[in-house]
Amino acid sequence: MGVMKRLTNIVQAKANKVLDKAEDPRETLDLSYEKQIEQLQQVKRGLADVATAKKRIELQAQQLQQAATKLQGQARQALAQNREDLATEALTRRSGIATQLEGLKTQHDQLAQQQERLEATTQQLQARVEAFRTQKETLKASYTAAQAQTRIGEAVSGISESMSDTGLAMQRAQDKIAQMQARAGAVDELLASGTLTDLSGSSDPLQAQLDKAAASGDVELQLAQMKAELNPAAQAPSGELGSGASEEPVDGEVVADKPVAPAPTPADPFSLDDAGGAS
Amino acid sequence: MIVRILGEGQFELHESQTASLDELDKALVAAIDANDEATFHDVLSRLVQSVRSEGAPVGPDRFVPSDLTLPHEGSSLAEVRELLASEDVRES
Repeated sequence: MGVMKRLTNIVQAKANKVLDKAEDPRETLDLSYEKQIEQLQQVKRGLADVATAKKRIELQAQQLQQAATKLQGQARQALAQNREDLATEALTRRSGIATQLEGLKTQHDQLAQQQERLEATTQQLQARVEAFRTQKETLKASYTAAQAQTRIGEAVSGISESMSDTGLAMQRAQDKIAQMQARAGAVDELLASGTLTDLSGSSDPLQAQLDKAAASGDVELQLAQMKAELNPAAQAPSGELGSGASEEPVDGEVVADKPVAPAPTPADPFSLDDAGGAS
Repeated sequence: MIVRILGEGQFELHESQTASLDELDKALVAAIDANDEATFHDVLSRLVQSVRSEGAPVGPDRFVPSDLTLPHEGSSLAEVRELLASEDVRES
């Protein structure tokens, strides 16, 4: 037997279980109607679940994007301090995030597809429920005619089959949601364990090294500035130092919250970068 | 003859149009048996396309059982296998 015939038998067998409870065909019609209404509600709930799942993925993607931006900043900072090893580490982590993001995108696409299909299913079902509501009364009224009995049987089979189809569609959507939850859980763990986002925390070795390097770079800079003050012929004019003093937060994305240097004269973020790059 | 595409709906085809479906159906069985995912996808999408293009959609006000059923468009071989396996469970 071909696949198409086997599938027909399977789908119809699943369906008949739902509706073969009623003995009177007229009761079966009412039951079919009730079941369809129930199913319409279920599909609508399923749609809401898919939307929620999609939202969760979008949120995670945002968090990963932020982590990636942060890592890129750290890579630049590391390079500016001539720490290519740290820059490599940051960029490696960043490419790990890119892989995660790709996975999330695949799932997002799948869920969007399920959403689209369930929306179409909902519309179809809505139209069928409406049509069936009027038809079942006609069928019931003419029930005594032998022909009507056959038609009832056919209508009920048709209904059961499409309910079974809808049931399978919902099952597919739920499977996708379950897959999403498994991955989302893994990403949440990654995010929570600090592997990706907590790079500014003191427990993060990459950031600790960067801070250390920044601090020593800062000391060198201050030494250079002091030398410049003692010797006016040197390159850094005192005016530039004065303006730099108020601009420290610009550098702050990664470093500002750390007590970078004990010196009374805060570094100009722009010249700090220059000094780091040149050393 | 009524053909259902799972997740999409029913289509009505003339008997004369089903000969080509039979051929593709056989190819689908062969692809499943050979575990040939690429061929499976190819044949399934040709089946879906031909039912869509040759058949007339069954309206929402017509309640009839199908003669033939196609898997969801884009189903994986594993998904269809699982569906078919539910038949064995029922029979046993």
